[in-house]
Amino acid sequence: MSHNDFIQMGIYLVVLLLAVKPLGIYMAYVYEGKPAGLNIWLSGLERWIYRICGVKPEKGMTWKEYAIALLVFNILGILMVYAIQRLQAFLPLNPMAMAAVSPDSSFNTAVSFATNTNWQGYSGESTTSYLTQMLALAKQNFSSAATGMAVLAALIRGFIQKQMNTIGNFWVDLVRTVLYILLPLSIIFALILVSQGVPQTFSPSAKATLVQATKDSNGKPMTEQDIALGPVASQIAIKQLGTNGGGYYNANSAHPYENSTPLSNFLEMIAILLIPAALCYTFGVMVRDRRQGWALLAAMLVIFIPCLWASITIEQKGNPLFDKLGVDQRATAYQPGGNMEGKEARFGVVSSAIWSVATTSASNGSVNSMHDSYMPLGGLIPMWLIQLGEVIFGGVGSGLYGMIAFVIVAVFVAGLMIGRTPEYLGKKIEAFEMKMASLMALIPHIFVLIPTAIAVLTVAGKAGISNPGPHGFSEILYGFSSAGNNNGSAFAGLNANTVFYNTALGVSMFFARYWLMIPALAIAGSLSAKKIVPTTQGTLPTHTPLFVFFLAMVILIVGALAFFPALALGPMVEHLILRSFDFTQDQTLSIVECVRLHSGLTLSEVEGLMI
Amino acid sequence: MKKISRTTSSLFDPSIVVPAIIESLKKLDPRHQIRNPVMFVVWVGSLLTTGLYVQALCGHGEAPAGFILAVALWLWFTIIFANFAESMAEGRGKAQAESLRKARKDTPAKKLSNLKYGSDYTTVSATTLRKDDIVLVERGDFIPMDGEVMEGVASVDESAITGESAPVIRESGGDRCAVTGGTRVLSDWLIVRITSNPGETFLDHMIAMVEGAKRQKTPNEIALSILLIVFTIIFLLVTVTLLPFSIFSVGVAGHGQVITVTVLVALLVCLIPTTIGGLLPAIGIAGMDRMIQTNVIATSGRAVEAAGDVDVLLLDKTGTITLGNRQAVEFIPVSGINMETFVDAVQLASLSDETPEGRSIVVLAKAKHGIRERHIQDINAKFIPFTAQTKMSGVDLGDGRQIRKGAVDAIDSYVRKLGGIFPESLKSIVETISKSGGTPLAVAENNRILGIVQLKDIVKGGIKERFAELRRMGIKTVMITGDNPLTAAAIAAESGMDDFLAQATPETKLKFIREMQTGGRLVAMTGDGTNDAPALAQADVAVAMNTGTQAAKEAGNMVDLDSNPTKLIEVVKIGKQLLITRGSLTTFSIANDVSKYFAIIPAAFVGTYPVLGALNIMHLATPQSAILSAVIFNALIIIALIPLSLFGVPYRAVAASRLLRDNLLIYGVGGIIAPFAGIKLIDMILVGLKLTSGGS
Repeated sequence: MSHNDFIQMGIYLVVLLLAVKPLGIYMAYVYEGKPAGLNIWLSGLERWIYRICGVKPEKGMTWKEYAIALLVFNILGILMVYAIQRLQAFLPLNPMAMAAVSPDSSFNTAVSFATNTNWQGYSGESTTSYLTQMLALAKQNFSSAATGMAVLAALIRGFIQKQMNTIGNFWVDLVRTVLYILLPLSIIFALILVSQGVPQTFSPSAKATLVQATKDSNGKPMTEQDIALGPVASQIAIKQLGTNGGGYYNANSAHPYENSTPLSNFLEMIAILLIPAALCYTFGVMVRDRRQGWALLAAMLVIFIPCLWASITIEQKGNPLFDKLGVDQRATAYQPGGNMEGKEARFGVVSSAIWSVATTSASNGSVNSMHDSYMPLGGLIPMWLIQLGEVIFGGVGSGLYGMIAFVIVAVFVAGLMIGRTPEYLGKKIEAFEMKMASLMALIPHIFVLIPTAIAVLTVAGKAGISNPGPHGFSEILYGFSSAGNNNGSAFAGLNANTVFYNTALGVSMFFARYWLMIPALAIAGSLSAKKIVPTTQGTLPTHTPLFVFFLAMVILIVGALAFFPALALGPMVEHLILRSFDFTQDQTLSIVECVRLHSGLTLSEVEGLMI
Repeated sequence: MKKISRTTSSLFDPSIVVPAIIESLKKLDPRHQIRNPVMFVVWVGSLLTTGLYVQALCGHGEAPAGFILAVALWLWFTIIFANFAESMAEGRGKAQAESLRKARKDTPAKKLSNLKYGSDYTTVSATTLRKDDIVLVERGDFIPMDGEVMEGVASVDESAITGESAPVIRESGGDRCAVTGGTRVLSDWLIVRITSNPGETFLDHMIAMVEGAKRQKTPNEIALSILLIVFTIIFLLVTVTLLPFSIFSVGVAGHGQVITVTVLVALLVCLIPTTIGGLLPAIGIAGMDRMIQTNVIATSGRAVEAAGDVDVLLLDKTGTITLGNRQAVEFIPVSGINMETFVDAVQLASLSDETPEGRSIVVLAKAKHGIRERHIQDINAKFIPFTAQTKMSGVDLGDGRQIRKGAVDAIDSYVRKLGGIFPESLKSIVETISKSGGTPLAVAENNRILGIVQLKDIVKGGIKERFAELRRMGIKTVMITGDNPLTAAAIAAESGMDDFLAQATPETKLKFIREMQTGGRLVAMTGDGTNDAPALAQADVAVAMNTGTQAAKEAGNMVDLDSNPTKLIEVVKIGKQLLITRGSLTTFSIANDVSKYFAIIPAAFVGTYPVLGALNIMHLATPQSAILSAVIFNALIIIALIPLSLFGVPYRAVAASRLLRDNLLIYGVGGIIAPFAGIKLIDMILVGLKLTSGGS
């Protein structure tokens, strides 16, 4: 890594960490109902919402009531998004006269946006009306993020409360999250994006006359280009802040209208991790021991920073085959060097690599470069970060409650090793908590491995592969890892807008989201009913570097053990083939053919690279 | 601390090993295996590979028959080794319980042939008594069991249970007919009908608990099992999906062979936590065994486990922290009284006092003031014994002098009655003594106070260090005493206890435990009396003394055969050791998987993708030797860890974070490294023995 790389990485981490404390405290106050500015000024509005909706804010819910309210709210959201997509042709705000979206794609998108996955099988600018983008997709960006944060708030209450059978009120958590956290941040961020040139308009697409006439795919001459516009900024703001990742355009944040300048790129990268990182601090504040919050954040960073470093290094180093051919890939004053395939020249290797690591460690899934085109190990890192269960930052709320499930497993084993039945923050971890935490660790694995196995065996599954060889396997594995952990990013080589993938990925996303939330709420309920054991010298300290390291090891080992064989058959083999490739032995083949055979790229892609 | 030496059977005692081997074969029964899901998966895998071997023999094998046979055999060994560990723990437990039963000292009981005083009796052991048996208890005998007086009237010393030293009257009929086991008849005789079955049931219970079939899983064992099952399911998913992945990879690579079911089963068994899964029952049973070794009988595994969690330890002052009795340490005459005169008078008053306090006064008088012992007959004196009414004792001398010693209040009212006064100067002395944890004993001659004898509780040697150890373990010690708060505070400070509960009654004890528990603490206590029973029943870990009453034993969840109250410290250590052993072996088991991947994955896929040979960092000879080495290591490690699971990972009283660091280094880091060396070694041996065929 060059100095420049270090500086970029350093600035990113410092700015992110500086925001953790103020935002963390603010969010804790919002959830605890303590005065924090906005929640005083807008309290009238909050009460009015409860009155209109018939919510009794002071009434606590048991974990089952909480889960039912949550599911009802989310399933209604899925139905609404499905209906709007199917009916968009008859609805207003459709200046480009988009037709109804297909049933399987509508189902996939509806589940995708409700589960905070934001996998996009469709292409936004050519599929959806403005109304669909705003009322269905952007609205779900808010409600799915708020749902995740509400579950986290309930789980934290489980740790604070003593011998109570309620865990808070879902509607109150939801309204407060949207009203006091997501909306204000999104409004500010959207305005900043507009200042950087991101469109926010109801006007139809702009037309531009082509400098040089060309022909479309049917051979007809073309002189004009449509430039898709719409209410972009408002959606990009919440897409980044709410770890949603569903872009307005198909190219996502690689598109200049979603991500227009280096500044917008930097701020969007910050926005990806802002709330997940700050929620760690919120946790610390709410459990009355801020060290616990820092410890969780530290455990995330222990995994995040090496991945960041590795990704930048690998991508900057470029393709070993080019080295053998004598191609200069070093970063110099005249060229950025490294592997630039699938990356925006505007952002370069480092900003792309940081984004890829941030967006996959968080369950964001937005991209500013194509992960499919990364070096094999550069692509392995995002995939593996997703497979770790989206707990390194993870989704807003969901990342931290997933992390707490790992903490419960770690505390259980560590607790035994010091000779006590385990406890965390004074709450005894017993069979019920273990059962639920284990479910949370297990379910994503089920919905990654089994659908991948089905896909590689079926014709419909194999049809989506655009690159033969082990890379094709990586594409499918990445797709289901992304859906089964609610990330939403993709190895774009996989053509997933088919009935098979829309359905299989939709089902994965649905279960991976709600089968994790329900156990998380169950843990909240069970912990809430327990006493708090006072801390003694014999208590396992959970804020020390030792515990942080142990927790990180538990996450890494569980993640590594579950996916080592699959990763070995995908990216690792790709990497080894690339590394061991010997031009001298394949003299009979042309260089282009050699590269194509061993990299899994298409002929035209290889030729593109060679030029 | 007293330890009863019992011959602890060595690990290789053939009388345990041989039946254990037979037992471990019997346990191959699937009905037994299903109780342990991790090992049941191995069982199914063994059966499957055995089937594949038969298929290979018929000429349709997916791999060479010899290789499949080798894998199948080692999988069966894996189960047998795990069964052997469990059988060993059971065998040792039973052997210990048996020797305990023989070694146990019994209260003799005079069992009457019929309900009539003077009829024939046979002397039997109290443990053989059953409900409704009739026994005779005469002067000096202990009442063998709880019962009901059928005939006779007697004075009974119930101080062991009630703490009240004055004898009580027990007679047939009415509300004074119940007698308690362990109390002593001081005068006359009683005929008692036994009302409960004896404490022998504890031993029976204990033996039942170490026997696999009846053994109930403890809460922590259940929680750990859940974790192990989840790991098993994850690895089942990994291996099952590996078959389609392999089919796909062979398809795209265009060469190589799809992974065989034999290799998949081998991979699965290597990955699932068989080490801890196989040893888990043995660890639990061995915990009970270690309890028996320290002469403690636990009535539930749950209690053993809870012992590791104890936050608060309630200990009776008398007999636990201090020697049972007080001793005179100083004579303080009132001003105007010559020391010689005072000591002389005190000694006279104590000559016939056979209580330990009385004896200590005579000893101190001789040691410190050179006053020789005299015979009470020689000086024509009459001894006035202590009674519950007067609360003092003394002598009436021939010359009319009446010397009395006793509690300050009692002597005060005694001299006042005779027209004397209690000197003001003594009041401050009395207070000072009380504050320092001593007991003042006033001495009067007729109506004149002579002075004060300071009695002191003697704190047992070495007790302070033990409490310091407990503090390092994070356990708070609380002293229970009937003393006033001043005395209690002084003794608590001297013995190094954290807190005390003064002027304790059964109600305050119970209240104290409940308060602690409401605060989330786990409370352990020892007790022996019936009045301790409610508190014992409430405490999370309750050790009843074997000399205690039936009620106490039934309320507690452990019985200490040595009746040693500081045994709780050992009990806590055993509980912690049990949990640490479980945690460490779980960590070890999972950490092992890293190396197994590096052995098996390259071996399984090198045919499809030759470049994957780069992952064979151990340079194992052939794919088959690699897989076999991993399977053999996985089986042998169970055998290698049997001693650790039986004796437990040692526990040291150090801060939790240090303990975690050390155990993580040994079992976590060690667990990652050790199998690399082990698998490589086995591979080298296989190659050396030419047991591997080259190539796949």
